[in-house]
Amino acid sequence: MKCGSCTASCPSGRVVAFRTRKLVEDRALGEIDLSDISIWYCTTCFNCMERCPRGIDITEEILKIREEAYRQDMVLEPHRAVLMYIFKTGHAVPIKDEIKAKRTSLGLDEVPPTTHRFSAALDEVRKLMEAENIEPQE
Amino acid sequence: MSPKNDFAFFLGCLIPNRLPEIEKASRLVCERLGIGLQDMEGASCCPAPGVMKSFDKSLWVKLAGRNLDIASSMEMDIITLCNGCYGTLKDASMELKNNEELFQKVKDAMALIGRDFDRVADVHHIVEYLYFDYGLENIKKHISNSLDYKIAAHYGCHLLKPIKYRRSDNFENPKFFDELIEITGSKSIDYAEKRSCCGAGGGLRSGIKDVSLDIARKKVSTIHGADFIVTPCPFCHMQLEQVSNIPVLYYTQLLAMAMGFSDEDLGIEVRV
Repeated sequence: MKCGSCTASCPSGRVVAFRTRKLVEDRALGEIDLSDISIWYCTTCFNCMERCPRGIDITEEILKIREEAYRQDMVLEPHRAVLMYIFKTGHAVPIKDEIKAKRTSLGLDEVPPTTHRFSAALDEVRKLMEAENIEPQE
Repeated sequence: MSPKNDFAFFLGCLIPNRLPEIEKASRLVCERLGIGLQDMEGASCCPAPGVMKSFDKSLWVKLAGRNLDIASSMEMDIITLCNGCYGTLKDASMELKNNEELFQKVKDAMALIGRDFDRVADVHHIVEYLYFDYGLENIKKHISNSLDYKIAAHYGCHLLKPIKYRRSDNFENPKFFDELIEITGSKSIDYAEKRSCCGAGGGLRSGIKDVSLDIARKKVSTIHGADFIVTPCPFCHMQLEQVSNIPVLYYTQLLAMAMGFSDEDLGIEVRV
């Protein structure tokens, strides 16, 4: 666990002090600091995982670390907002009036045939989220 | 399995709700190629792999399972235009096919919302489908307006990885997207950071934007002499567009131009 292929492969590690190898090692030793912002630097590009000579599923491990942080309510506010958008609209990025106008001018349906158009479909999404105790507040 | 060339069309969020020009170009191109795109009524966010898979993998696979079930009830496979949606739906589909316990868990969750979940739909990215199934020679028959652009191709990460769930077995030096670009008559040029991540994924663009954009700037700074950057992903597209002076096109927009569709048809102003 010392070769550093993961750190050398990391797009974030090239612009900030994010050391994937250290994170993997800390995880193995049970010494992760969940409040450290660096656990959120991973773009999930999978380079480290595909290149790891030990076959460690590094990206999946980082996601597990983040899940632990989420369960302890240590998440970034913009991420919480994304969750709220999905609960409220079914979409992480909901439609806006100007886009509705643009869709019409392109000859597309004004509102796409998604949860935006079918309220019963949105209810299904919310039920699945509520069953996991996710009911984001504004 | 879908009837030949007929698919459940998964829109996701960014394309219908931010970049509908990509939806327009894709619908025009698929109609011309005889690829049927059937609406998935009531589909939601895939859900976003960066945030949802980071927070709660159990919910991630259930929401993905619901979208997969919409396609199953249409008796079709899914086709999607977005690397992120592809990452979620393809990976969830493969995990559900390979893991009986996970499948049963999602089936139980689907029962709560009145869904059967009898079959796990297959998932295709449009670019993979065009190359590996539809075929370059068949696309070429529809090229009427050979283009002469120099293109910086950007693959994006989740079109290629994890490789165990992808069609191309080469993520270090893939060629298929370059070949798709070059059938339009354009030249796919090389650049130092061609295979690098755009920096948007994993929730980084929404969560820590300055770091995310620094990654994109680093990539784009190595592109020289390109008329366009061409992507297979609306998220990479949006990210690269924000930091680049080079205009960015989605692949079906480039293909549509080579098929003779006008700027007016596509609702874009192409500037070179």
